[in-house]
Amino acid sequence: MPPDPFLTLVWAGIIGLAIFIYVITDGFDLGIGILFPVMAPGAERETAIATIKPVWDANQTWLVLGGGGVFAAFPLAYAILMPAVYAPLIAMLLGLIFRGVAFKYRARTSRIWLWDFAFFAGSTLAAFAQGVILGAVLQGVKVAGRSYAGGWWDWLSPFSLLTGASVVAAYALLGACWLIWRTEGAVQDHAYRMAWRGGAASIAAIAAVSLATPFLNHDYFSRWFEPPGLYFSAPVPVLVAVTGLLFIRALRRRAEVAPFVLAELLFLLTFIGLGISIFPWAVPGQVTIWQAATAANAQRFMLVGVGLLLPVILAYTAYGYWLFRGKVGAEGYA
Amino acid sequence: MLDPMFDDVSALALARFQFAFTVSFHFIFPAFSIGLASYLAVLEGLWLKTGRDVYLQLFRYWLKIFAIAFGMGVVSGIVMAYQFGANWAAFSDKAGPVIGPLMAYEVLSAFFLESGFLGVMLFGLDRVGKKLHFMATCLVAIGTTISAFWIIVVNSWMQTPQGYAIAPNGQFYATDWMQVVFNPSMPYRLAHTLLGAYLTTALVVGAVGAFHLLKDRKLGRAAQPATRIMFAMAMGMVAVTAPLQILAGHEHGVNTLQHQPAKIAAIEGHYESHDRAAPLILFGIPDDAAQVMHYKVQIPAIGSLVLQHNINAATMGLDKVAPENRAKVAFPFYAFRVMVGLGMLMLLLGGWAAWNAVRGRLFDSAWQQRLALAMGPAGFVAVLAGWITTETGRQPFTVFGVLRTAESASPLAAPAVAASLIAFILVYFFVFGVGTWFIIKLMGTEPNPDDKGPGKEQTVDVGSLPPDAPYGFQMAE
Repeated sequence: MPPDPFLTLVWAGIIGLAIFIYVITDGFDLGIGILFPVMAPGAERETAIATIKPVWDANQTWLVLGGGGVFAAFPLAYAILMPAVYAPLIAMLLGLIFRGVAFKYRARTSRIWLWDFAFFAGSTLAAFAQGVILGAVLQGVKVAGRSYAGGWWDWLSPFSLLTGASVVAAYALLGACWLIWRTEGAVQDHAYRMAWRGGAASIAAIAAVSLATPFLNHDYFSRWFEPPGLYFSAPVPVLVAVTGLLFIRALRRRAEVAPFVLAELLFLLTFIGLGISIFPWAVPGQVTIWQAATAANAQRFMLVGVGLLLPVILAYTAYGYWLFRGKVGAEGYA
Repeated sequence: MLDPMFDDVSALALARFQFAFTVSFHFIFPAFSIGLASYLAVLEGLWLKTGRDVYLQLFRYWLKIFAIAFGMGVVSGIVMAYQFGANWAAFSDKAGPVIGPLMAYEVLSAFFLESGFLGVMLFGLDRVGKKLHFMATCLVAIGTTISAFWIIVVNSWMQTPQGYAIAPNGQFYATDWMQVVFNPSMPYRLAHTLLGAYLTTALVVGAVGAFHLLKDRKLGRAAQPATRIMFAMAMGMVAVTAPLQILAGHEHGVNTLQHQPAKIAAIEGHYESHDRAAPLILFGIPDDAAQVMHYKVQIPAIGSLVLQHNINAATMGLDKVAPENRAKVAFPFYAFRVMVGLGMLMLLLGGWAAWNAVRGRLFDSAWQQRLALAMGPAGFVAVLAGWITTETGRQPFTVFGVLRTAESASPLAAPAVAASLIAFILVYFFVFGVGTWFIIKLMGTEPNPDDKGPGKEQTVDVGSLPPDAPYGFQMAE
C-alpha cells in the first residue's frame, strides 16, 4: 500500500517538530551537564540540577518520539540510517544512560564526584554523538537496495566531528541561558559569563557548519547559492546575524529571559536551514520522504493518535513547566 | 580473512544476544515499576481516604525506590527504541508499517503521560496539593499500564500475526487495524504479563516486610505498623494473584497450542507426535541434533490432558515441523520449567500466608516469613523465564511463520555488533548494579514514623503551603 503524498509531508512535519522540541528542551538539560565541570560543587551545582529535575525526563521523551516516529512513519529511512550511524547512536544511548541515572544516584551516594562526572560525561557524549549523527546524515550514506551498504566507520569525517562539537557548544549556550532565566545571585552571574563564551562558540560553530555544508554535495550548493533556492535560503543567514546581535545586546543589558528566547530562536533558524538543505530527502541523495514513507493507512491510523494526544501532551507539558516556574535556589536539594 | 559465511552468522548471533541482553535487563525494571506504580496509587488513595499517616509513610518509603527503578527503566527503554533500527534494520523496514504505529501509540499515550507527571509525583506535592498529586500518581500508574498494553500488542502480533498483507516491495502493511491490535494471543499475553508484574512487586514488597519482621523479632523489638501493613498487603496480593496467574498462564498455553503448536511442542519437549495419550515430560536433557529427549522423567498418558483436557487427544511433536522451522528446544523447555516451578512456590507462599491469616497468626510464622524473604527475587526470575520461553519458542522467526530471524538483521559487520555488545554489558552491569545497590540499601532500613528525613521535607503540612512555595518539599530523589 503506497503512502499518501500529502500525509507524508504532514508526517515529515510532525517528526521535524518532535526532534525540534527535543533539541530545544533536552538541549538545555544536556547543556547544564556539559557546563557542570565549570560550576562550583555545592550550591551552584545543586541549584542547576534543581532547575531541571522536574522536567528533564519529559524533555527526553521527545527523543523517543523522534526516533520512534521515524520508525513508524518512515521505516525505510530508519532501517538505512540507524546502521549507518551505528557507533555514534550507541554512544548517544550510553551517554543518556549515565546522564539519566546521575540525577537519582548523586543524591544517594557519598561519592558525589563520581556521579557528577557521569552527569558531565554522559551529557557531553550524548550531545556530541547527536551532532555526529546529524553530520553523518548530512554528508550522505551508501545505500544498496533497501539497506545501508557502507562500513561501520563511514560516519567519521572532519565534517561530522565539526557538527558534533557544534552541538556541544550550542547546548552549552542553551544551558547557560536557561540558568540565567531560572536562577539569581552568584549562580546567575556565572551563567552570564558562561553564556558569553557559549554564545561566541555557538556563533562560530553555526558559521563553520553553514560554510561547510553547501560544499558537501552540489545539491546543497545549488539550494543555497542559486535561484530559486537562493530566495528561500538568503534570509536565513541574515536572520541568524540579527538574532546574534540581539543576543549580545540582551546579555549586555543583563536581560533575564531574552537570552534564552534568542538562543532558542538561533536553534529554530539553524533548524530551518537544515530543512532547506535536506528537504525532500529522508536519506540525503538516496531516498526521498515519499519513497521512505509508510503505508497510507498507517499514516492515517497514527494521525488519529497524534491529533488526539499531541495537544493533550503539549498542554500537560506546559502545565509541568508552569508548576515549577520561578527562580530556583539550592535549598532542600542539598 | 574470515570466511564471509562465518562472519554473517556471528553478526546475527551477536545481534540476537545483544537484543536478548538489553531487552531482558530492561524488562526487569518495568516488571517491578508497573506493579509498584499501582501499589503507590493504592497507598496514596488509602492515605487520602483514612488520613492515617502510616500509609503516607509507606508511600514515601516506596516512592524513593520507585524513583530509582523507574529511572533505570526509562534509560534502558530508550536503548530499546533504537535497537530495532540499529541491529534489526531489515525487520524495521519490513514490519515497520504494521508495528511502527503501535509503538508510536505507546510513546504518545504512555511515555509522555509517565514522564510528564513523574515530576509532579516526585517533587510537586507542595505545589499542587493532595488531590492533584494523587491524580498525578494515578496517571503515572495508568501510563505504565498503557505502555504494557501497546508493547504486548506489538509482541503478540509478532507471535500470532493477522490483519496484514505483504506489499510488492516486501513490506508488511495492515489490512485491518482492529485485527492487528486484537490479535489472537494479545489478551492472554497481556493478562499473563500484567499479573506477572503485580506478583513481582508483591513478592518484593513482601520480602522487604518479611526481612524487617524477622530482624525485629531477632532484636526482640516490636515491628513498625508500616512493616506489618506492607507485609500483610503483599501476602494478600500473592495469595490472590498467584492462583489467578496460574490460571492465566494455563489459558495462555491453550491459546499458544491453538496458534503456535510448534512452540508448545518445544516447551513440552515433544520431539515425537503421539496419536493419543502423550506423556507429560517433567524433565530431561533435550538433544536437537538427534531429536530425542535424554534421561526424561515423565508421567505417562496425561500429557494430552493438560492443555487439551482430553486424554485421547493427538499431540503434535516437532517431527511434524519442517526441520528449518524448528526452535531450539533447550531454551523454551528449561525456561518454562523454571517459570512454572516458581509459580508453584508462589502459590505455596500465598496459600501459607492465607492459612496463617485465617488463624489470626499472619505475623507469627518465622518460617513463612523466611520463605517470603527468599522469594523476593522470584518474580523477576519467573517473568524473565516466561519471556525467554515465549521469545525463543517463536524462533527461527521474528514474525511467526512469516519473517525469519536470519532475514531480519542489519547489514552490520560482526566487530561492530560485538563492540557495542561489550559496551552495553559493561555499562549495564555497572550502572544498574549501582542502582540496584541503592534500592537494596533503601530496603534495608525499616519504615519509621520518627524518621523525618533530610531537612524540612517530611514535617511540611501539605495543606498550609502557598502555591508559590520554594522547592523545599522533596518527596523522593
